[in-house]
Amino acid sequence: MAIIAKDGYIDLVRDRVENFHGNQLVYVGWDDHLLFSAAQAFPLPPEMPFQALVSEAMASVFNDHPDFKEIDWANAEWVLDGKPFSPAMEASLKENGVGHKSLIRFKTPGLKGINGLRL
Amino acid sequence: MPAKKLNLRKRYELLTRGMGWETTHQKMDDVFPYDSFEGIKVTDWDKWEDPFRLTMDAYWKFQAEKEKKLYAVIDSFAQNNGQTNLADASYLSAIKLFITGVTPIEYAAHRGFAHLGRHFRGDGARIACQMQAIDELRHQQTQVHTISHYNKHFNGLHDPFHQFDRVWYLSVPKAFSEDALSSGPFEFITSISFAFEYVLTNLLFVPFMSGAAYNGDMATVTFGFSAQSDESRHMTLGLEIIKFMLEQHEDNLPIVQRWMDKHFWRAYRLLSLVAAMQDYMLTNSPMSWKEAWDVYFVENGGALFEDLSRYGLKMPKYHELATAEADHISHQIWSVFCSLGNATGFHTFLPTEEKMAWLSEKYPDTFDQYYRPRFEYWHQQQKDGTFEFQKGLPQLCQVCQIPMIFTEVQTDPMQISYRVTEHGGDKYHFCSDGCKDIFENEPEKYVQAWLPVHQIYQGNCGGPTLPDVLKWYKFTPEDCGHYIGSQDHARWQEWTGADSEAKQA
Repeated sequence: MAIIAKDGYIDLVRDRVENFHGNQLVYVGWDDHLLFSAAQAFPLPPEMPFQALVSEAMASVFNDHPDFKEIDWANAEWVLDGKPFSPAMEASLKENGVGHKSLIRFKTPGLKGINGLRL
Repeated sequence: MPAKKLNLRKRYELLTRGMGWETTHQKMDDVFPYDSFEGIKVTDWDKWEDPFRLTMDAYWKFQAEKEKKLYAVIDSFAQNNGQTNLADASYLSAIKLFITGVTPIEYAAHRGFAHLGRHFRGDGARIACQMQAIDELRHQQTQVHTISHYNKHFNGLHDPFHQFDRVWYLSVPKAFSEDALSSGPFEFITSISFAFEYVLTNLLFVPFMSGAAYNGDMATVTFGFSAQSDESRHMTLGLEIIKFMLEQHEDNLPIVQRWMDKHFWRAYRLLSLVAAMQDYMLTNSPMSWKEAWDVYFVENGGALFEDLSRYGLKMPKYHELATAEADHISHQIWSVFCSLGNATGFHTFLPTEEKMAWLSEKYPDTFDQYYRPRFEYWHQQQKDGTFEFQKGLPQLCQVCQIPMIFTEVQTDPMQISYRVTEHGGDKYHFCSDGCKDIFENEPEKYVQAWLPVHQIYQGNCGGPTLPDVLKWYKFTPEDCGHYIGSQDHARWQEWTGADSEAKQA
């Protein structure tokens, strides 16, 4: 739609990746675990190995849930920016196609949250 | 033959018109540079029907009366230690949310109407906006004065304006008000006067004011009475502006509809914080969010739009979703506040058995199935001493700025609603189609959004750790955390007896 503004808008994208001091934003949501009300936001270096996203960043938040240590990562199902994906754990976020403000969702079959209630 | 008697409208017109004039030394478009760019066509400003029909001296007289009455009550409340009559000190979480989240938007409304009071070409509209600008400033001021008494005795009330500009959940009302303030005058008045102060006004006012009445907060009740007749004038202005725009030119209809859709959705999302307040923060809850939504939006709003349909205006887009969400949003918002209660300036607390029984009754289709289990789990954890506030920061919606906690209530209420779009090579995430549509209509505006979580990660909020950020917010440790065990709680027990019945968990 054509811009409707009196004098136009200034060009200000407040969340450009350059503003994050070498990091990029990555969001991770654990499906069927609504004890975490929303996906979690992390500032991470693009060169970080995917494994570190899982064992460090994700663990730092999701470890509080009793299901987390039970996860069989070989069977986890991943979705990256709306498309199913199989992460290469040793490769970097960037190499895996995880870019600035990418949304990763993962499901852990067999683990359906507290009392199986998707919490 | 007896002289014809003038009707009220004509009398007022003759008394007040002619104070504006067509400029000759400067072009009218230069004198009024803001009121055309939005594309709203006005062919005849004389068709404006004054909603208030007040002269300035009548205005001052009526408002001064209200002030005299209000301040007499506030003085009496203070002198008689009225704060000891509250149902429970935990109720004050609602007042802490009010002073930090609502009072600053009263001030923002004041600024907005002051701008409109200069920039509408029609002098009748300018006068109406000037009066409303003073009303809004009075509301902000009287709220500060009313609530300042609580600030003497309780935490979390000390720096509302500092916090409004910084705190993660307060960016929700701030972004809402700044969206309207940075729009043109016709959009501003559609947003604030019509969508917020007419269509949805009772969903803000009634929960807080009847909440106050049912919980022994006579100070806030009195503020409510003082503001009530101002609000009825505001509603009249909101209705008048809509009718005026729609009657002036048929080209205005699609613009007005788009603004209606946008600002209904933005205001509705903002009100989710009120829903949580209404259902969870009040010790005694007179009415559930769902009940209020059914009466004030489904019934009353439905009737209003039925009436306006003769202009071609339709119910706001996604209103059915808002109605479906009425069973869910209060629980979802309170859940996220409880999870992050170490970073809220008001105390959080889990619903008691009594409150959960009330919630089961008010939400028969959803509470026991989707929400009771998490509260019971957290209760058990608190009992066992294993409860921890969540680490990490949530994903926020780019437009409403609320954590992305809303779910696909019409198909799967345990599935988070994820929406996304790309602009300028970057991804933007939204909680709903409503917020996504708003972005896609004006991306240049919303790419500028100051999102608290992102700002923390950019290092703009005092430092990398939570204590750094809380200090930057001017949250003291006594402001945050569980109600039980807080200074507010200790003080309350001192006044009411250490073994007084625990009203909150």
